Amino acid sequence: MIHSLFLINCSGDIFLEKHWKSVVSQSVCDYFFEAQEKAADVENVPPVISTPHHYLISIYRDKLFFVSVIQTEVPPLFVIEFLHRVADTFQDYFGECSEAAIKDNVVIVYELLEEMLDNGFPLATESNILKELIKPPTILRSVVNSITGSSNVGDTLPTGQLSNIPWRRAGVKYTNNEAYFDVVEEIDAIIDKSGSTVFAEIQGVIDACIKLSGMPDLSLSFMNPRLLDDVSFHPCIRFKRWESERVLSFIPPDGNFRLISYRVSSQKYVDGSTRICHHISVCWVELTFPCFMLTVGYLNSSLLPLAMAHEETRKNCLVAIPVYVKHSISFKENSSCGRFDVTIGPKQNMGKTIEGVTVTVHMPKVVLNMNLTPTQGSYTFDPVTKVLTWDVGKITPQKLPSLKGLVNLQSGAPKPEENPSLNIQFKIQQLAISGLKVNRLDMYGEKYKPFKGVKYVTKAGKFQVRT
Amino acid sequence: MTDSKYFTTTKKGEIFELKAELNSDKKEKKKEAVKKVIASMTVGKDVSALFPDVVNCMQTDNLELKKLVYLYLMNYAKSQPDMAIMAVNTFVKDCEDPNPLIRALAVRTMGCIRVDKITEYLCEPLRKCLKDEDPYVRKTAAVCVAKLHDINAQLVEDQGFLDTLKDLISDSNPMVVANAVAALSEIAESHPSSNLLDLNPQSINKLLTALNECTEWGQIFILDCLANYTPKDDREAQSICERVTPRLSHANSAVVLSAVKVLMKFMEMLSKDLDYYGTLLKKLAPPLVTLLSAEPELQYVALRNINLIVQKRPEILKHEMKVFFVKYNDPIYVKLEKLDIMIRLASQANIAQVLAELKEYATEVDVDFVRKAVRAIGRCAIKVEQSAERCVSTLLDLIQTKVNYVVQEAIVVIKDIFRKYPNKYESVIATLCENLDSLDEPEARAAMIWIVGEYAERIDNADELLESFLEGFHDESTQVQLQLLTAIVKLFLKKPTETQELVQQVLSLATQDSDNPDLRDRGYIYWRLLSTDPVAAKEVVLAEKPLISEETDLIEPTLLDELICYIGTLASVYHKPPSAFVEGGRGVVHKSLPPRTASNESVESPETAPAGAPSNEQPDVIPTQGDLLGDLLNLDLGPPVSGPPLATSSVQMGAVDLLGGGLDSLIGGPNFVAPPAAAVPANLGAPMGSGLSDLFDLTSGVGTLSGSYVAPKAVWLPAMKAKGLEISGTFTRQVGSISMDLQLTNKALQVMTDFAIQFNRNSFGLAPAAPLQVHAPLSPNQSVEISLPLNTVGSVMKMEPLNNLQVAVKNNIDVFYFSTLYPLHILFVEDGKMEAVSSRLQSSNIFTVAKRNVEGQDMLYQSLKLTNGIWVLAELRIQPGNPNFTLSLKCRAPEVSQHVYQAYETILKN
Repeated sequence: MIHSLFLINCSGDIFLEKHWKSVVSQSVCDYFFEAQEKAADVENVPPVISTPHHYLISIYRDKLFFVSVIQTEVPPLFVIEFLHRVADTFQDYFGECSEAAIKDNVVIVYELLEEMLDNGFPLATESNILKELIKPPTILRSVVNSITGSSNVGDTLPTGQLSNIPWRRAGVKYTNNEAYFDVVEEIDAIIDKSGSTVFAEIQGVIDACIKLSGMPDLSLSFMNPRLLDDVSFHPCIRFKRWESERVLSFIPPDGNFRLISYRVSSQKYVDGSTRICHHISVCWVELTFPCFMLTVGYLNSSLLPLAMAHEETRKNCLVAIPVYVKHSISFKENSSCGRFDVTIGPKQNMGKTIEGVTVTVHMPKVVLNMNLTPTQGSYTFDPVTKVLTWDVGKITPQKLPSLKGLVNLQSGAPKPEENPSLNIQFKIQQLAISGLKVNRLDMYGEKYKPFKGVKYVTKAGKFQVRT
Repeated sequence: MTDSKYFTTTKKGEIFELKAELNSDKKEKKKEAVKKVIASMTVGKDVSALFPDVVNCMQTDNLELKKLVYLYLMNYAKSQPDMAIMAVNTFVKDCEDPNPLIRALAVRTMGCIRVDKITEYLCEPLRKCLKDEDPYVRKTAAVCVAKLHDINAQLVEDQGFLDTLKDLISDSNPMVVANAVAALSEIAESHPSSNLLDLNPQSINKLLTALNECTEWGQIFILDCLANYTPKDDREAQSICERVTPRLSHANSAVVLSAVKVLMKFMEMLSKDLDYYGTLLKKLAPPLVTLLSAEPELQYVALRNINLIVQKRPEILKHEMKVFFVKYNDPIYVKLEKLDIMIRLASQANIAQVLAELKEYATEVDVDFVRKAVRAIGRCAIKVEQSAERCVSTLLDLIQTKVNYVVQEAIVVIKDIFRKYPNKYESVIATLCENLDSLDEPEARAAMIWIVGEYAERIDNADELLESFLEGFHDESTQVQLQLLTAIVKLFLKKPTETQELVQQVLSLATQDSDNPDLRDRGYIYWRLLSTDPVAAKEVVLAEKPLISEETDLIEPTLLDELICYIGTLASVYHKPPSAFVEGGRGVVHKSLPPRTASNESVESPETAPAGAPSNEQPDVIPTQGDLLGDLLNLDLGPPVSGPPLATSSVQMGAVDLLGGGLDSLIGGPNFVAPPAAAVPANLGAPMGSGLSDLFDLTSGVGTLSGSYVAPKAVWLPAMKAKGLEISGTFTRQVGSISMDLQLTNKALQVMTDFAIQFNRNSFGLAPAAPLQVHAPLSPNQSVEISLPLNTVGSVMKMEPLNNLQVAVKNNIDVFYFSTLYPLHILFVEDGKMEAVSSRLQSSNIFTVAKRNVEGQDMLYQSLKLTNGIWVLAELRIQPGNPNFTLSLKCRAPEVSQHVYQAYETILKN
């Protein structure tokens, strides 16, 4: 089980250590530092390191390394999941998971770690329970505490701890009863040089913020639950009910939590024979996209039939790519300059505005500087990390944003071999790109009428365009 | 107000100041002081000097202060055991507190104080807490048993806590059940012999019920525990699978992977025709893919496990190739793993996509990754024949980029492609030759030289090319030198007229100017071969080579099966069985997949009971002294059962190639004719050693008939240790077969029957070729001689010492273990021959390659080969008149050398 935990900042200082069994000397971290030195980048430190007597399993979160020491055979995923849970808890308690926040609250951190793990076994990791045991710091509370001498440690057993619904505490009371759901979808995609999709899938989550009194029993149903065939559930969801009726039925935790996460890929898990559909859908994307572009001007009128056509094919192709990129990045042989020309435009965006667009490019090492002109937004180029960031903002289809100009290369250096990949960020409000729609939310078990709301947003996840 | 203020005391008398504050009357000040102490502790400062003062603060109603003091105690009690006793009273009192939170806190903290004296006082409170009315206290107490066991195992057993813990598995509260399982698993890990987790259908049912209701962490413990269970038939396996499947949708990836482990293991028992089998396969894919969208650290562990899963059951993920496509901002450790899996999943259906991706990767920045990508293209060509052409053209495109390391990798893999598809892609050789000058890595140079030599007849200027390499011959690495030698000999055999000079030059470089015995030996062999019979030389050197196998990096099947049982653990990350790296002398029970059994069958015939499960007759005899002996019990000790025969395990050390790549066809090749010793080229200049000639056995081909040296029987198992059964024996090798000659003597007062024998895995895979045949019952004071034929197709595991053999013998009384050392020469095989040497050595299959006379000493160069293909070269130096011989050995596996020495000694001295 988990023996010890060391928190290490980016400059290699161990600024916190916690031992759940016997004390392990800090020197064990030397093996970690060794591995860190070998890996060029902080992100590349291998998560599992073996040393003569221990194993070090680490995660890298918010510029901090959480290094755990284990001595016996333990499932590494269990350790990694737990470490992420620790980081989540810090985030939850202190608003941020940073060295400063942890140092400022070192006693609470220590109390939390003690509460989360006993002899290496997880004890209480649900935020609801932890918050009953150890109150999160607030300015008001610290003032009150210093006057009254009371403490931020709860002295009664958390109520949820042992019930069959450990995630919810009893006696919750609100004057305004509200339940909000955010359907957030991220598109992970790799687009190749020619603009066709190499790989695309949607990582969706439904995050909930539930402020309801008492013991509400909710059921959430969807217009098109068949979309969801690869889902991970919060423990509160009744799996049987989902299996039989495709309805999410649950007694929610109090506050913010992730209800489900799901994945929609461009292929269905039916069996081999239906795989042909995928090819058809690819054709569809390619065929309809140009006419979509043409109709963009009077989009509203043409939206309805298009949407219907889309609904039809959705069963096959579930991942629409809402932007396209035209690019030409070239470096001349035997010359210290190159050309850079990138244009970005909307595509299959269901008539919604694409906003918050950012393009990031890791330029090759030989690039010294870039002289570019954006038609929209602003750009920066960091000559040290060679990262070009173009903050585009909103895409207006009438005038497509572009970024053009010259690239200065190190003189004498050979023409770079690798082609930089473009990393694109964007956001579309009020749209779940998979087409997932919440049908209704019903509440049982309580008499009041809650206020309900659902919000949709689509974002780019790991969205990369190869050039 | 933040806690950072606690760090700011750097004044002179910091400890002194804290001491004063700790003893202050004001509660608030006390608490602040303890916080300061804790803050110092978190950064690793030593504040143990404050022990008595902090402990004094313990008796308080303030829970926060109490917790803080407890935190301090856990850290420092060990360094101040006498002072720690002071705290005991408070603990005992707290264990009676009406507030369950405080009771639990007290029992939890007490368990963490690793001081022997305290543990005595812990027992009573712990016993009470294990039976506490409040489940929160019970679940905390369950963990405390594991803590106590770690400090004092004997105490826990004496006090009967283990039984109480087992009872908790039936507790009404799922959280208590989960913790009890976790605690028992941890205790069981350090005591593999104890039969703690006695799993039966009833307890499994309880666990499955608790599984649905406990926390995510508890689910992990329960699933891991379930994975150790072997269901009695396929129906039970299916019903467990059905109840575990919902866990695949859990948000916690560790739960998912533990569930995958259980399913992968139990699937083994399900018949493939079953509808459910197909359903299960389909259900496994989505959760595995979902793991890849998690944080990179989780992805890495998941990928290592997926790597195992796709080797075991490629059908699960065969349609999911795309999720393994590499994103440019993946961490390098994720990239490399993804690449590995892509190749494993590559098939005719998806090869186009895979190749396009690999080509993309080959232009990335990271050198390691690019190299691996280029190699992957070569592996695709070898794996998917239809794609070979496309792969070759992709590789040529990459060579055109002229990026140094890309070109070199490409050439290395193209060599392999040539070997897999001879006479198909030789048209590209011209392009390869253009890049000759840019090659600076030995592997690439060697590959290029091999290509030039192999296709010398198609390359007009092959002689020039090779000559250019020859200039810097001495600066090349051995790999390149050996290749160059072979390549030039090949060239000579193909174009003898123009290259005579070249071949003489390389032979003299190799034989005269080199210090490297490998190179020298290979040079001599070629030289002699060429000067004796060029036609034979042609047949040998230019013989047809065996095609290279498809996948070279697959995990050996038995190891893979074992690793499947360890999905989700460190073993699965390292792809090694836990016995290979788990620390300490803790016994490791080898796990194996359950065999496929039909339900009705297993009920009727107990012989077909799963071989993976310890058989019911001897559940308690797992010896604790050696972890290796534990293996024996996993094997079926009864007479061999008719069933699927164990696949012959491939020897992991690999067939050691004595003289490097190009020569494997030379040795042992069917066309090999041993040249008469008289034909030694003149420049070898070895006058026939006077004292040696009589040793020479010029009539080659003997030694297969006369048996090798046999040591007298020694007592292996004294009667004292085996309840009256005495076993003595020896090993022999006769006419190519090895046998173990045993004498069993019954020194007990009762009749012995039902003998059976089993070997543990050993270095050379020795295993009985037939069951132990003792026909009549062995009466008291009777003995029987048996010759047990052996073969070398058993499982292989390197032993220490190398020739150690652990044997289990069973009879109607008990099972006995002993280990013995077998003389290595029983493994010397008949075809290890190169030329004849002293008849004595030869009758033990040691053969002479050459002899020379150097400064009055006779030198014998000899060779021998072990059953598993390890070649040993020996130089035996004999001085006339001196009874002592000097032996020097050369071998790729140095471990064997000591034993070869001993073998020589015994053979020559007897």
